[in-house]
Amino acid sequence: MVGGETMSKLTIPQEEIMSSGHLGCQGCGGTLAMRYMLKVFGRKTMLAVPACCWSVIDGPWPYSTVSVPLFHTAFETAAIAASGIKSGLDALGGKEDINVIAWAGDGGTFDIGIQAISGAAERNDNILYVVYDNEAYMNTGIQRSSATPWGSWTTTTPVNSPKNRPKKDLVEILAAHRVPYAATASIAYPEDLVKKFEKAKNTEGFKLIHVFAPCPTGWKMPPDLTVKVARLAVQTRIFPVYEVENGVTYKLNFNPKKFVPVDEYLKLQGRFRHLKEDGYKFIQKNVEYEWELLKKKVETFK
Amino acid sequence: MEKVILGNHAVSYGALVSRVQTIAAYPITPQTLIVERLSEMVADGDLDAIFTKVESEHSALASTIGSSSVGARAFTATSSQGLALMHEMIHWAAGARLPIVLANVNRAMAPGWNIWTDQNDSLSCRDTGWMQVYCQNNQEVLDSIIMGYKVSEQVLLPTMVSLDAFVLSHTAENVDIPDIKLVDKYLPPYKLKIKMDVDDPHSFGALSSPENYMEFRYKMQEAMYKAEDIIIKEGKEFERIFGRKYGMVEEYRTEGAEIILVVSATIASTARASIDSLRAKGIKIGLLRIRVFRPFPVKDVARVLLNKKKAIVIDRNISYGKSGIFFDEIKGAFYNIEGEKPKIFGYIAGLGGRDVTPEAIFDMVNDAMRKDKPEKDIIWSGVKL
Amino acid sequence: MKHDKKKVEIKCASNMPDMTASLGSMASNKTASWRNLRPEIDESKCIKCFICWKFCPDAAIDFINENTPPKINYDYCKGCGICATECPTKCIEMVEE
Repeated sequence: MVGGETMSKLTIPQEEIMSSGHLGCQGCGGTLAMRYMLKVFGRKTMLAVPACCWSVIDGPWPYSTVSVPLFHTAFETAAIAASGIKSGLDALGGKEDINVIAWAGDGGTFDIGIQAISGAAERNDNILYVVYDNEAYMNTGIQRSSATPWGSWTTTTPVNSPKNRPKKDLVEILAAHRVPYAATASIAYPEDLVKKFEKAKNTEGFKLIHVFAPCPTGWKMPPDLTVKVARLAVQTRIFPVYEVENGVTYKLNFNPKKFVPVDEYLKLQGRFRHLKEDGYKFIQKNVEYEWELLKKKVETFK
Repeated sequence: MEKVILGNHAVSYGALVSRVQTIAAYPITPQTLIVERLSEMVADGDLDAIFTKVESEHSALASTIGSSSVGARAFTATSSQGLALMHEMIHWAAGARLPIVLANVNRAMAPGWNIWTDQNDSLSCRDTGWMQVYCQNNQEVLDSIIMGYKVSEQVLLPTMVSLDAFVLSHTAENVDIPDIKLVDKYLPPYKLKIKMDVDDPHSFGALSSPENYMEFRYKMQEAMYKAEDIIIKEGKEFERIFGRKYGMVEEYRTEGAEIILVVSATIASTARASIDSLRAKGIKIGLLRIRVFRPFPVKDVARVLLNKKKAIVIDRNISYGKSGIFFDEIKGAFYNIEGEKPKIFGYIAGLGGRDVTPEAIFDMVNDAMRKDKPEKDIIWSGVKL
Repeated sequence: MKHDKKKVEIKCASNMPDMTASLGSMASNKTASWRNLRPEIDESKCIKCFICWKFCPDAAIDFINENTPPKINYDYCKGCGICATECPTKCIEMVEE
């Protein structure tokens, strides 16, 4: 099994492919996501990384953290650079077992990178696209992206004019492209994330995994809360964790009987501190609305 | 094998016999025939390559860069708007030191929409680190693709091979398509030393601070210096194997000339006939065709133009706010070189595909011969004032 | 997997690679100085669930074996406190450096 054996007590593979000493902030969700991904895929992996936090986290020249080949590429090109790497390997032949992964933040995915993703998804290019979503342009100083949730403060949506549009639904966009596999995941549930990476590894065609990766620095919260907040996002249904196969078959991975009210999640983060009760109510209502919509999709092709 | 083919198809055959392994391209008039023929070649199994039908030119070059980074011989083709759209990645390909060959059909930049030829599109890339070749006929187009890979893979800088829209791209000419086994003798398989390789992992293009960025860029320029010698060496080797001669520049009847007409691309074909007519009238005039624009052939330009009375440069391009670009670069190339500098006249002609006729060339030459010196840096040819 | 902790010696253009290829590992960058608080595991209370190991963004908690409490790698620990917050027995204390 690639990526190291799973000891009976460890619930995820043991071997560390990513080294310590990287430049991720204290408590960085995006580095947890990378750590888990590399445990699953191992050394036979090539990464295409556009401008994002990981452009810096991996380390300045002449150092690198990930111990696998990593191609830094322009902001909007993660999906197509990965596709080009894959077609290059296919053309050379004998390298079918090398995993090619586009690894990007939400800015380079939801906004400037969406064209390339759409192209690669429509062509069903045989790559995995992973977005570690910290819900803003964190690398450049916390500006809003289309992944920023409604109501959030960012440096371009100040408190007297917070983001007033909902978070773009990325997995829905991919489902509309009828890709073999698209899923959301959270760094608070690494076993589920690891299972999804494994599934992607064994699927041909275009795969996308949207990983919820909190950012203490940008979300204005203490760094020890990263995992707790990622867990609450799922438990409140703010970030549902589910999979879609071939764009039509939906499967919910977390469907507890009772849900945590969104207040528990929002009150921990400084980026929501300006929200009043009506803001909380609005978010709660929308979360429930979207959840009903998702449940209907799950029912459609059960 | 001799065939009568369009310039665009000469590009396709050039890529075919160079055994390109990946093609990623997006259609744009007048390049479309290149990629259509390549699609057929791949579908028929004549070309063992992976063709990605990308969704934009920016992605075309990004995909090509990705493929080249793992050690595949990668190719793309575009024109004007598409070349402009991929401009960010043009910088990237050169900075990443990847031996990509890009065929560019020289087409005027919009607005207004204009699908005919001029050179502003490729010349906008002159500062990016790409080597640049301007072709005068379809044979040269095909041959320059092959030589492009041979040189790029040693120098580790990409090559842009430009051909005039419609005048070459859609014009059928006699072309010798070399036997692929002969090309194999000239162009060995691509071997990249440091590449994306799971057995030897590196990151590429990481944060490069003021402490080391300049050294990387210095190395790019060092590669450009090396490139001139390699272009000449590989041109001679090409002649040895295929019988056709290529260098940085081409001279025609420059011996004993007092006036040199300096042109590039297809204007050279027309100009050759003009030179013959003028010589027949006793005018001591010769032709200098600039073939390789980057690295700029400073030595050849100095050699041919120093101690001549006049140089007449025809630019099918313009750098607004300054002058024609070849004119500007030629003037600058001389400045520090010892020797009598000729009076240099800069004409701008043929923008947006306006025909540069023999009459137009005569008018420009006569105009320059009449004057002692140019009164302006830009002399417009044939503009309806 | 062992990561190379050696620093890379680069003096000038002639000993740099042509392309911006990395030459060493960030394991050479000891991030200990980032922290104000250090986690300390009370091994008597540790139930060896390895949740702390699982959630460390810096891979700065070493798994020894199933029967041994994990060890904090103080060369790299940035003191984020996720391990202390996630520990089910609360046996990790964040102590001032």
